[in-house]
Amino acid sequence: MTLPRRAHPRPLDIAAGRIDLSHGGGGRAMAQLVDELFVAAFDNPALNQRNDQGAFEVPGGRMVMTTDGYVISPLFFPGGDIGSLAVHGTVNDVAMAGAVPLNLSAGFIIEEGFPLADLKRIVDSMARAAKEAGVPVVTGDTKVVEKGKGDGLFITTAGIGLVPPGVSISGDRARPGDAILVSGSLGDHGVAVMSKREGLEFDTTLVSDSAALHGLVAAMVAAVPDLHVLRDPTRGGLAATLNEIAAQSGVGMLLHETAIPVKPEVRGACELLGLDPLYVANEGKLICICDGADAGLVLAAMRAHPLGRDAALIGHCRTDAHAFVQMETALGGQRVVDWLAGEQLPRIC
Amino acid sequence: MKYIDEYRDAALARSLAAAIAAEADPARTYHFMEFCGGHTHAISRYGLEDLLPAGVRMIHGPGCPVCVLPVGRIDAALWLARQEGVTLCTYGDMLRVPGSKRVSLLKAKAEGCDVRMVYSTADALKLAQALPERQVVFFAIGFETTTPPTAVALKQAQALGLANFSVFCNHVLTPSAIAQILDSPEVRQLGTVRLDGFIGPAHVSTVIGSAPYEYFAEEYRKPVVIAGFEPLDVLQAIRMLVRQVNDGRFAVENEFARAVTRDGNTKAKALVAEVFELRKTFEWRGLGLVPYSALRIKEAYAAFDAERRWAVPQDSVADNKACDCGAILRGVKKPTDCKLFGTVCTPENPMGSCMVSAEGACAAHWTYGRFRTAGGSNDG
Repeated sequence: MTLPRRAHPRPLDIAAGRIDLSHGGGGRAMAQLVDELFVAAFDNPALNQRNDQGAFEVPGGRMVMTTDGYVISPLFFPGGDIGSLAVHGTVNDVAMAGAVPLNLSAGFIIEEGFPLADLKRIVDSMARAAKEAGVPVVTGDTKVVEKGKGDGLFITTAGIGLVPPGVSISGDRARPGDAILVSGSLGDHGVAVMSKREGLEFDTTLVSDSAALHGLVAAMVAAVPDLHVLRDPTRGGLAATLNEIAAQSGVGMLLHETAIPVKPEVRGACELLGLDPLYVANEGKLICICDGADAGLVLAAMRAHPLGRDAALIGHCRTDAHAFVQMETALGGQRVVDWLAGEQLPRIC
Repeated sequence: MKYIDEYRDAALARSLAAAIAAEADPARTYHFMEFCGGHTHAISRYGLEDLLPAGVRMIHGPGCPVCVLPVGRIDAALWLARQEGVTLCTYGDMLRVPGSKRVSLLKAKAEGCDVRMVYSTADALKLAQALPERQVVFFAIGFETTTPPTAVALKQAQALGLANFSVFCNHVLTPSAIAQILDSPEVRQLGTVRLDGFIGPAHVSTVIGSAPYEYFAEEYRKPVVIAGFEPLDVLQAIRMLVRQVNDGRFAVENEFARAVTRDGNTKAKALVAEVFELRKTFEWRGLGLVPYSALRIKEAYAAFDAERRWAVPQDSVADNKACDCGAILRGVKKPTDCKLFGTVCTPENPMGSCMVSAEGACAAHWTYGRFRTAGGSNDG
């Protein structure tokens, strides 16, 4: 991968540095940790693609594999819980290669003292989500850590899937002229979760958008097999995800602020908290980048699916040596839509 | 969204921009400083520079509370966080600012210090009540907007007899900083920085009112227009400033009349006067020592003053020599004039204060505007 400029001006301080929360925020600090430590150490062609799943050839076709850890707080939130999220998130990471998800694994790290009733509620929800998605949990692992050594419950799921012939979706395939589509309104999940966070509780009718997207992806691939990029904008939101893709593909992007769907409730909560909806997490939305000429067909396929009803064309890719993600603001000015620096913390005034 | 969308209307913005272009004299340039980081952020986030004629230039002022806090005070907060039994809490933006050894409160937290983010002083008080075995220190920063809530917290702590709560006070005063800029040699004698007027603070002015700016308008013969933080507020204020300059007037005008009165919030001002007193001098990052520019906790509330409870270090720590934050905060230089900008100093690894908060001039230019100065072109 060649980045348009040196992405990380200062290398990781391995000798004296420590992990802080920004290394998990989905922004540039996390990208640096992944690049300079994990990818450098595990160095192999599938990983070096830097997608949310690794793809490799097996006898009979092309397979993808992915894994994801779930550490969400609180464990239960409007519209879901850590269990359903652990199924949806991993199914989605498989689906973002255009693959058909086949099986899941689930690892549980449980803190001593965790109520069994909560665990059952979470496992039942997980089972329900897996059944609805048609992707069974075929193996698992259970560990218990001493009280104080874990925050209630962490879940790790892995998933595998098969890529249909003729489909080649990857974050490095965006080209100038390609259309950028989103499957619906942004920021619902992050705001719904924040509304229940300790010290921040506020009332909202919003629920998380947490959902398995492989059905939507199948419908899109059926309409246009040659989709270039699919990715779900989870941590770091739309902004981080588009910057990842722009860097991977070496293209710039121009978005139109007025075309980006954001619910009024999400905008309102973000105003109040000093957040930008473009950086807020989603768990049931995808970004699709396809040839500009295919955009109409893909959009129609998305809108015909219940999880893509509010799909929208939000911008285009273009030639840009700096791989800037730029936006024409609602007022007609221009600005960069940058990575998030660290976690998105509320501004104070 | 009601009461928000009205102030972000694209058609109105275009007509205001057209009015500014029509009224601005093409034979001259206009240099206006927006004091507040909130205005800097609005200008960058909405791309307002693209709507202004070439002759109207905005200079980003020092009104970002996180940015003006000197390194020594951040080191002092880190020192407090490392004291046995201390839980240090503060507003979110403060957590990322690096101290002298590139350690931020976020990094201190990773090292094992108990550092918490709070959304309000009420949360800080609640924390002290919930953790009776800990000493909860609220790291208080900000201009006149955040000062009254700190005053309320101190009064409540006293009423509750909360022995484990204290405040590390770093509240600063807007008018003193404006005076310091206007008195700086670059503005007053050398004429290297032209300042034709100010966009006055929004939220700060809801507390202090518009009266304190009358002195600047009269003494320094500079127009001041107090403006809200929405993009249409900023454009309207620029239009009002252009008119004042064209007319040769220098008055305090209030664009933010929906929230700001001449006297401000008298209740809040009384609260602040009851709990705080002026410091003789206080160090500002970028501006140096500014006389009577900050507040300290009055003797009556000494029991809740972290600086009296602990021997908090009072060292002044110099900024990185190559860092131009000082000149940038005074409007003498632009972010891109600094050698560190975008090379070793980025929002992830801020060297100077202006890169720390999204309201700082450097962070705003890096995050939202760097395509303007990146060189090269795109095929749009």
